[in-house]
Amino acid sequence: MSMLEPFLEGTVRTATPLAFAALGETVAERSGVINIGLEGAIIAGAFGGFMAAGTGSVWLGFLGAGLAGTAISALFGLFAIRIRADQIITGTAISLLALGITATLYRQIYGSEGAALSIPTMGVTEVPVLSSIPIVGRALFAQPPVAYLLYALVPAVWWWMYRTNAGLGLRAIGEDPRAAIAAGIPAARFQYLAVLFGGFLGGIAGGVLVIAQAGSFAEGMSAGRGFIAIAIVVLGRWHPLGAAVAALVFGAASALQYLFQAMGWALPYQAFLALPYVLTLLGLAGIAGRSAAPANLGRWQDQH
Amino acid sequence: MSEVALDLRGISKRFGSVDALDDVSFSARRGSIHALLGENGAGKTTLMRIAFGMLQRDSGSIAVNGIAMDPRSPADAIAAGVGMVHQQFSLVPQMTVAENVALGGRGRFRPDIVARRIADVGRRTGLTIDPLRRVMDLGSAERQKLEIIRILAHDADILILDEPTAVLTSQDTSELFTQLRAFAAGGGCIVLITHKLHDALAHADEVTVLRRGRHVLNAVMSDVDRNSLTSAMLGSAPPVTSRTPGATPIRREVVATFNGATSGKHDQEPFSFELLAGEVLGVAALDSGAATVLRMLAQRIRPAAGSISVPSHIGFVPENRADEALVPTFSLTENFALKAAGSRKGVVDWPAMRAGATSVIQDFDVIAAGADVPASSLSGGNQQRFVLGRELHDDPPLLVLENPTQGLDVNAAASVHARVRDAAARGTAIVFYSSDLDELVEISDRVMVISSSGAKFSPPERESIGRLLLEAGA
Amino acid sequence: MKPVPELILVADMLVRATPLILAGLAVALAFRGGVFNIGAEGQLLAGAAASTAVTLALSNLPGPLVVLAAAMAGAAAGALWAAIAAELKRRFHVLEIISTIMLNFVAIHLVSYLVRGPLQEPTRIYPQTETFALAARLPVVLPGTRLHLGFVAAVLIALTLAWVMRNTAWGFRVKAIGSSPRTAWSAGAIDVERSSFMVFVLSGALAGLAGSIEVSGVTFALYENLSPGHGYTAIAVALIAALNPAAVIASGIFFGALETGATAMQREFAIPSSLASVAEAALILAVLSVAAYRGRSLPGLPRKAAT
Repeated sequence: MSMLEPFLEGTVRTATPLAFAALGETVAERSGVINIGLEGAIIAGAFGGFMAAGTGSVWLGFLGAGLAGTAISALFGLFAIRIRADQIITGTAISLLALGITATLYRQIYGSEGAALSIPTMGVTEVPVLSSIPIVGRALFAQPPVAYLLYALVPAVWWWMYRTNAGLGLRAIGEDPRAAIAAGIPAARFQYLAVLFGGFLGGIAGGVLVIAQAGSFAEGMSAGRGFIAIAIVVLGRWHPLGAAVAALVFGAASALQYLFQAMGWALPYQAFLALPYVLTLLGLAGIAGRSAAPANLGRWQDQH
Repeated sequence: MSEVALDLRGISKRFGSVDALDDVSFSARRGSIHALLGENGAGKTTLMRIAFGMLQRDSGSIAVNGIAMDPRSPADAIAAGVGMVHQQFSLVPQMTVAENVALGGRGRFRPDIVARRIADVGRRTGLTIDPLRRVMDLGSAERQKLEIIRILAHDADILILDEPTAVLTSQDTSELFTQLRAFAAGGGCIVLITHKLHDALAHADEVTVLRRGRHVLNAVMSDVDRNSLTSAMLGSAPPVTSRTPGATPIRREVVATFNGATSGKHDQEPFSFELLAGEVLGVAALDSGAATVLRMLAQRIRPAAGSISVPSHIGFVPENRADEALVPTFSLTENFALKAAGSRKGVVDWPAMRAGATSVIQDFDVIAAGADVPASSLSGGNQQRFVLGRELHDDPPLLVLENPTQGLDVNAAASVHARVRDAAARGTAIVFYSSDLDELVEISDRVMVISSSGAKFSPPERESIGRLLLEAGA
Repeated sequence: MKPVPELILVADMLVRATPLILAGLAVALAFRGGVFNIGAEGQLLAGAAASTAVTLALSNLPGPLVVLAAAMAGAAAGALWAAIAAELKRRFHVLEIISTIMLNFVAIHLVSYLVRGPLQEPTRIYPQTETFALAARLPVVLPGTRLHLGFVAAVLIALTLAWVMRNTAWGFRVKAIGSSPRTAWSAGAIDVERSSFMVFVLSGALAGLAGSIEVSGVTFALYENLSPGHGYTAIAVALIAALNPAAVIASGIFFGALETGATAMQREFAIPSSLASVAEAALILAVLSVAAYRGRSLPGLPRKAAT
């Protein structure tokens, strides 16, 4: 068991920020908008969380993280939804912008070397009883409390998406905006709100990195997680529960190194680092053909 | 039972330079099925889209259940109790029946409650459907039914149906009308947009006939018969400009043979025909069946079975100019170069392309400020003449045309016809698909009517083509 | 005679512009052909790695031959790296946006593995390869500066590509499928799937060549963080040039100057060099606004279809 536990804990640890980001992106993509700027929302959230947590409150830190992610995604929405600029290019630019702005501000405020300032971090809170379940107990229930938020958020998003008329409308826009608009659904407003929600959760993902894991900010610390989250959305087949499961699978692939180390198997560590991406590509190829992508994802049909 | 449910007065609408509707009035009563009859392009759908708030009128007034209103969007019309089933379904195929019915609502989405509402509609009208099925798994009759159920579930009392029988079998059609009759008997009002005389005669209580955007007849069904409606729809017979057979010397050589080719998807029974040099073969069909045949002839779709022998050089004018024939942002020279772009090698001789485009502009009277302007700067008629000119530029032995005069005004259409006849006179075999019977009568040497049971041939006479189409629809 | 400092600075800008021009051409070609290749970064790294391996393996051959072989290997590796995404798109309909980004990360880790594993320098201390022999480097064209032959090659390739796009049947097909795949098929009888696969692979070759020229002309070795995101900047380069290959030369030099200037400003005035990516992003967004104002979703591509 001592072999499995570091592996499982590593899995959940890697999966937590990815699940936040992928959950938000799932909502955005179900409305037909693919936000490649998610990477930007995560780094903005990391920086915003770092600044806000400096006040001394970790929860204020997460609020700051979420708002920073929302702000950068509002800019994305302005271009991608309001003026219907190309979503992919807008998202790429937004990521670049957020990476640049956070690095610039960080160097301006904390000096170009960026003295490794530490901020209050969110410690582990063990859930009584549950955390003593054998094998998975500690991995799932001895986590920073923000992770428990996710346990509530995933089913809540599912419920909203499949059990409210607003969620129904959102999904209709992603599939067939003409039919949705014909039914009286304000498509652009829904898309905007979905993107803002995705940005907020992307920001929280960044906050998790800073406040619950690293304890400090580093330039570019999002390290591609936004793009990985987008792949996770695909692997999760655009479903909130699917996204959570796919994030765990990705986390497990990343944590394989712990298992291999424990087994005493030697492989170059870069192979472990690359493995999740390779598995993602294989996964994408594997689910192709039965893809559940929203039919209108990434484009926009002008009205008559 | 004489209360007016939907009342339109003096409606006019222009699209660009075309008068789609000119001072049209229409009124339908509660408790009745009212047929809005006319040929394709007569303005029926436009008129009802205005009533439904999808299009805005240029002038005229609208009243629903006696209250004047100004529907700016379908939501306005729905709120007033008007529902419309469009020719193209407005359902989200990836979603379930219940989800489609609930679409546009507020608050919680309770599949069980929606299912109960669907069941309620079923009790009132006899229209039933499984709420858990996905729309993409439904056949067209069931989709049609779902469209109606959805509208009734939103408590509409005026139901507009745009060519509802176009996609239905005769059994489904009679079932549909039984249900519509029940709805009308309960005090509802049904507007039935159709170009099928039979539907109007068999099922409607009253009829309004439109012809070329004008209102020509309004009557109770008992006061009219087949002959009076036909003449109202068609007007006085158009002046005979058609060619007497043999006026053009048809060279009797076979240019192309179509040998039972099918694409393997929703095909009709296989059939065969030959195309002769210099002939104009008109093609009529009720549904999209003709498109596959034409595109196989034009070598854009490879047949899955059967065979086609065609010359290496084929002109092809696809139905959708802006989407399939031209790249709107490309200059006319570039659009000229598109022809045969797939097989061209090496360097493009741009001066030759410009010269080609220029000669098309001159020879086909295309009004354009030169060969370097983008195609999007041309009017529809000029775009179509340019496409036709491009496809005829190298005198292909075979020319395939899909609805080439759609959306053109009378003069532009006449000039397209003249060009087609010229090409035929020079020996080009022409396949001319049109959804307008008059046009087929005018341009064709013979007409092929395609239906699910295969193809039948007719001389270019209205009566005989119409009969074949009616048989095909039955 | 020593060149004046200004000349050295200009040369530095052009050196920095070289990979941006080549990768910018890769992106411009792909976007023009309707292929969203966001993977120039990974293709560039694949090219750099293959070039390095070939250069080190062929160190006994005459210099020019080595440089040429390295360039070909780099282009081939970039093409191969792109072909993975192209094949995933053709066979499994995997969105190239996602697959190329995934492949960027794989390439980063691949380079990291190579420079700490099979290609590590003999002392096994530094995470980098052996430095190239003088003969195996791209010759300097402006004595006293770092300006190497690769810049001249990049300019020539850009002009050639511009000519190809304007004058050849192939270039015209690329524009047609990128502008309207339906019309390309319907009016032009173009095999859209095949043409877009070719565009994808050729785009990868150009990005691979960028990596090759970077190792043969600037770094003379392979190491981690070899590219400070050239493949992403290339997107801005291509868009500012409205996807026009000849204009990519100018926009590549512009971004080269911007990044060189940013580095200098950081050194001289402690202004963070990361401002350069803020400026790049702002420029992309500005270009998108102008394009949207003219009814297009991307500059150089057609108006949004009004269906």
